[in-house]
Amino acid sequence: MEDDAPVIYGLEFQARALTPQIAETDAIRFLVGTQSLKYDNQIHIIDFDDENNIINKNVLIHQAGEIWHISASPADKGVLATCYNKTSDSKVMTCAAVWRMPKELESGSHESPDDSSSNTQTLELLCHLDNTAHGNMACVIWEPMGDGKKLISLADNRLLLWDLQESSSNAVLSNSAALEGKGQLKFTSGRWSPHHNCTQVATANDTAIRGWDTRSMRQIYYIENAHGQLVRDLDFNPNKQYYLASCGDDCKVKFWDTRNVTEPVKTLEEHSHWVWNVRYNHSHDQLVLSGSSDSRIILSNMVSISSEPFGHLVDDDELSDQEDHHQEEKTKEPLQDSIIATYEEHEDSVYAVEWSSADPWLFASLSYDGRLVINRVPRALKYHILL
Amino acid sequence: MSGPLPGPAEPGSEPPGGKRRPHGMLKLYYGLPDPAGEAQGGLAPGGDPGGPTDINGAHFDPEVFLTKLRKECSLTQLMDCETDMVKQIRALDSDMQTLVYENYNKFISATDTIRKMKNDFKKMEDEMDCLAANMAVITEFSARISSTLQDQHEQITKLSGVHMLLRKLQFLFELPARLTKCVELEAYGQAVRYYSKARSILHQYQHMPSFQGIQDDCQKIMANLAQKLREKFRDGGSGAKDLAECVELLLQLDEPAEELCDEFLSHARCRLKAELEALEAELGQPGGAPITDILEFIDRGCNIFVSNMCLVIASYQELFVSREGMQGITRMAQDKLVAFVNSLMETYFSLVERRIQLEKGVGDNSLLVRALDRFHRRLQALAKLLPASNVAAEGTEIVVRAAKERIHQYLLALQSFYQDCLTDVRQSLAAPRLAGKESPNLAELLGTISASVLNQIKSVLTYVHLFTAKDITFSNKPYFKGEFCSQGVREGLIVGFIKSICQTARQFCETTGDKGGSTPPALLLLLSRLCLDYETSTISYILTLTDEQFLVQDHYPITPVTSLCAEAREAAQRLLNHYVKVQGLIISQMLRKSVETRDWVNTIEPRNVRAVMKRVVEDTTSIDVQVGLLYEEGVRKAQSSDSSKRTFSVYSSSRQQSRYAPSYTPSAPLDTNLLSNIQKLFSERIDIFSPVEFNKVSVLTGIIKISLKTFLECVRLRTFGRYGLQQIQVDCYYLQLYLWRFVCDENLVHFLLDEIVGSTAHRCLDPVPMEQSVIEVICERG
Repeated sequence: MEDDAPVIYGLEFQARALTPQIAETDAIRFLVGTQSLKYDNQIHIIDFDDENNIINKNVLIHQAGEIWHISASPADKGVLATCYNKTSDSKVMTCAAVWRMPKELESGSHESPDDSSSNTQTLELLCHLDNTAHGNMACVIWEPMGDGKKLISLADNRLLLWDLQESSSNAVLSNSAALEGKGQLKFTSGRWSPHHNCTQVATANDTAIRGWDTRSMRQIYYIENAHGQLVRDLDFNPNKQYYLASCGDDCKVKFWDTRNVTEPVKTLEEHSHWVWNVRYNHSHDQLVLSGSSDSRIILSNMVSISSEPFGHLVDDDELSDQEDHHQEEKTKEPLQDSIIATYEEHEDSVYAVEWSSADPWLFASLSYDGRLVINRVPRALKYHILL
Repeated sequence: MSGPLPGPAEPGSEPPGGKRRPHGMLKLYYGLPDPAGEAQGGLAPGGDPGGPTDINGAHFDPEVFLTKLRKECSLTQLMDCETDMVKQIRALDSDMQTLVYENYNKFISATDTIRKMKNDFKKMEDEMDCLAANMAVITEFSARISSTLQDQHEQITKLSGVHMLLRKLQFLFELPARLTKCVELEAYGQAVRYYSKARSILHQYQHMPSFQGIQDDCQKIMANLAQKLREKFRDGGSGAKDLAECVELLLQLDEPAEELCDEFLSHARCRLKAELEALEAELGQPGGAPITDILEFIDRGCNIFVSNMCLVIASYQELFVSREGMQGITRMAQDKLVAFVNSLMETYFSLVERRIQLEKGVGDNSLLVRALDRFHRRLQALAKLLPASNVAAEGTEIVVRAAKERIHQYLLALQSFYQDCLTDVRQSLAAPRLAGKESPNLAELLGTISASVLNQIKSVLTYVHLFTAKDITFSNKPYFKGEFCSQGVREGLIVGFIKSICQTARQFCETTGDKGGSTPPALLLLLSRLCLDYETSTISYILTLTDEQFLVQDHYPITPVTSLCAEAREAAQRLLNHYVKVQGLIISQMLRKSVETRDWVNTIEPRNVRAVMKRVVEDTTSIDVQVGLLYEEGVRKAQSSDSSKRTFSVYSSSRQQSRYAPSYTPSAPLDTNLLSNIQKLFSERIDIFSPVEFNKVSVLTGIIKISLKTFLECVRLRTFGRYGLQQIQVDCYYLQLYLWRFVCDENLVHFLLDEIVGSTAHRCLDPVPMEQSVIEVICERG
C-alpha cells in the first residue's frame, strides 16, 4: 500500500532523544534532540503532513550540550525539558533544564523556507533543574495530564520531584527519595503513571523495577530481577491501571501486573538484541511498540492483556441483524497475541520509538545514525480494531 | 460224496486215485459245479469250454465234436483220442457199478434199524401210562394236606406281624432313652438317624396320648441335641470336617437352611477375618517398612487365606449348594456365598494393594512379578471354584494397576537417576582443579553420562520385560499383550523419559537467574551435545530395542521416532543457544564493567592493552577449547592470509570528518560516518542473539558477536578524551589480532570492531587517533 510506506527523515547528527509534542493533539509533531560533541546541538521539530506524506521541519539550537533525553510538557506546547551533557574542564556532567521554544514554532511552521538554516532560532531557557548536589540526570518526566507544573527527574540514585513556579521560571525541589543499597545504584529510566490521580511513578535501576508514591515518596512495589539484565525502559498501560510494560538487555519485553509482581503476565522475546524502548499506544493499549539495538522495531498486538480482550465492543443499535450475527461470530474467535509487524528501515541501533500524540495509528522511531522513520499501523489491523 | 476234490488233473493223464476220479467225472456229467472240471474243460483238445465241443460240458454235441476232431487232428491224434476215450468209458462203467453196490448195502442196514426201534417204543408207552397214574395220586394227597394246614399258616403270619409291630413299639418306647444315651455318648449321628426313623410315625400317631408323650420327650431331647450341635457349630473349635458334619445333622433335623448358611458363613468369616488381620499385621506400621518381602506376603496370603477360602467355598457348596434335595435353597445359598466371598476378597485385595504400593524399591522386580504371578494364579483357582464371583477380573485389575504403577515408578527412577547423573557432572565440573591438572574432560563426562543412562534404560527394560515373560500367567491377558507394551512401556516409560530429558534441558534454558544463572555453562554445553547425540542415534536405538523386546501388537497411536528426534534436536539447539548467551553474557559483563567504570575523558595515554581485553581473549580461548571437546570445528569463510594486519577503515572516516565543513542541510546523512554507512549498505544485518549451528566456529562466533555488540553499545553511552579513544583503538586492535581465528567470518569481527572504534571517535571530545604503527607496537608488546 502506497500510503503505508514509511517516511524517512535524516538528521546530520547522531541522536537518541525523541518525544511527541504531547500537548499538541491536532498536528503530528515530534521533537528530536541530537548528540554532537563538536557542534551546536539541535532540536528538530518534525511536522508530518499526513495527507501529503510530507515532512516539515524546524531546527532550534540547543547550545547547552548534547541531548540525552527530551520530554515535552503535557500542558504547554511550547515547553519542553531536556537532559544534556555539559562538558567543562574535562568533566562531563549531565544536567536538566526546562526550555521554551519560540512562539511561532509552537504550532509548527506552515511553510518551510529553505533558508531556515540561516536564521536558526534558539531555545529560551526557563529554568535549570539544579542538580549540583544530586549527580547526573538520567531523565525528566512530566506529570501526565497535569498542568505542566510538576516534574520528576532521576539523578543517579535519587528521585527528585520538582515544582515549577513563576510561570516555569523557577524550579523548586519539593520532595526527593533516594535508592539505598549496596554498590552504586543508578536509575536508568522512569515513567509516571497516568492512573491513581498521577500519584505513582515507576523507575528502573539495574535489573529491578520500583514503584513510588509521589505523595509520600515511598516505595510501593518492587520487582526484583524484572529482567535478566539491565532494565532499559518502562511504560504504563494507559487504560489498565495496574499494567506495566518493561524491556531490557535480555532482549525481552515483559508485561507486569503491579499487584502481583512475582511473575510477569506475559513475556515477548522477539528482538535479537537489547530492547531500549517500549511504548503502549495511547488509545489502543493492545498495540505495543518496542525498539531495539538490533535495528528493528516490532509492533505487537497484545490483545489478551489489553483493556479490550474481546475486541472493540460495538453498540447493538448500530448493527442490523445480519451484522449482529456476524459480529457475534467475530467476538467468539479467540483473539490471539501476535507480532503485527517488524520494521527494518533502520540501519543502526534504535534508541527511541514514540507514538504520535495526535494520530493513534502513527509512530516515529529514531536510530543512532540520526535516521527518523515515521510508520503507520497496518491498515488492515487498524480497520480490524475499529470495526 | 462231495468231498473236496484234489488238485487239478489233466484229462488224458492217469487219474491219481482210481476211485476218486469217476466221482468227478460223474459230477461233471450231472452238471454240478466242479471248478477242477471246468479248468480241465478249458484244456481239452476241443478247447471251447462249455461249448458244443466240450466233451464234459452240458451242451456237448457229438456231431460237432467229431467233425471238429476230424477236421483238426491228424490220424495219430485221432487214434490217441480214440484210445483215451475208450479208457475213460471203461473207468466210468466200473465206477457206476461200485456206487450201485454201496447204496444197496446202506439201504439194507437202514431197514434193520427201523424194525428194532418199533419194538422199543412199544415198551416205553406202557411205562409212561403207569407214571401218569402215580402222579395223580400224589396230587390228590398234597391237596388234602394243604387244606388241613391253611388255618395254622394264617395264624402264624398274623403272629409275626404283631411281633414286628411290638418291636417297633418297643423301639419307640425305648427311643427317648436311646437318644439320651446317644447324646451322652456324643453319637449325634446315631441319634439323628434314630430320630429321623421314628419322626414320621410319631407325627402320625401324635393324637394318642402315649405317643404324644414319647414325641414330646423325643422332641425335647432332639431340641437339646440341636442346641448342642449348634453350640458346637458356633464354638468353631472343630475343624472344617466336623463342622460339615454338624451342618449335615442340623439339616437333617430340619433346621432352617438359610439360618445355617448364615451361621456357617459368619463362622467362616470370623476365621478368615482373623487370617486377614494377621496378614494386615505383616504390612507393618503405616509409613514404616513392611515386615516381610512381597513374595512372602503374597505367599502367606495365598497359602492361608486363599486356600482356606477355597476350602470354605468347597465345603459350603458341598453342604448347601450341590446337595440332593436342596434345590429350593440352592439359589439363595449361592447368592449368599458370592456376597460373602466378594466382601472378604475385597478386604484381601485392598490389603494386597496396600502391600504392592509399599513396594517402592526400583531395582530388580522379579520378586514382585513372581508374587503377582502367584497371586493371580491362586485367584484363577478360586474363580474356577466360584465362577459367579468377580475375583478373577478384580485380581487381574490389581495386577494391571500394579504393573502401571511399576512403570510409573521406573519412569520416576530413571528421571531421578538422570538428575543424579547431572548432579555428579555438576560436582565434577565444580570440583576445585588440582594444580597442573587439566579441567575435567567434557568428552569423558559425556561418555560416562550417556553410557550410564543407556545402561539404566536397558536394565529397566529388562525388569519390565519380566511382566510379559511366557511363564507368567497374566502375561497373556490382553492388557499385557497390547496396552502394556505400547502405552505402558513404550509411551509411558521410554518416550516419557526421553521427553523428560528434553524437558529438563528446556528448564535449564528457562532459568532466569541474572548474571548467567546457576547452571555452569559447561553443563549446558554437555547437555546440548547429549541431546544432539540422542537426536542422531540414541533415540532410534532405544526405541528399536524397546520395540524388539515388546512386540507391539495393538493399534494405539505411538509417538514416532522423528517427532522425538525433533524434540531432542530442539532441546539441543536451545541449550546451545543458551550456552552462547551465558558465555557471551559473562564476557559482556567484563567488557561493560570495564567501559562503565573508567573515566575516559581524563585517562592517560595508552601504554598497554588493558588487562580486561587479555582476559577476554583468554576466556574466549578456553571456551574454544571447551567447545572443541564436544563439537566439530565447522566451516569458516576463506580468510585473507594476513587478517591481523588490517587497519580500521573508520580512522580514515573520522579523519575525513574533520575535513568536511559543518553542514546543516537537512536529510543529508552524507556527512559523518559516510564510509561506515556505505559499508553497512553492503553488509548483511547481524543478528546478535541468533541461533547457532552445532559446531565450534558457530558457537564462538555467537559469543564474540554478543560480546562485541555489548562493547559497542557501552562505548556509545560514554564520552571520551583523546587518550580514551586511543586506548579503545589499542584494545580493538588487540582483539582483532586474536579473535578472528575463532569465528566463521572474520569480516564480522572487523565490522563490529570498526563500529566500536568509529563510535568512540564520535563520542570523543578531541578525536586524534593514534598512529597505526604505535598501536601495533603496543599490541605486540603484549
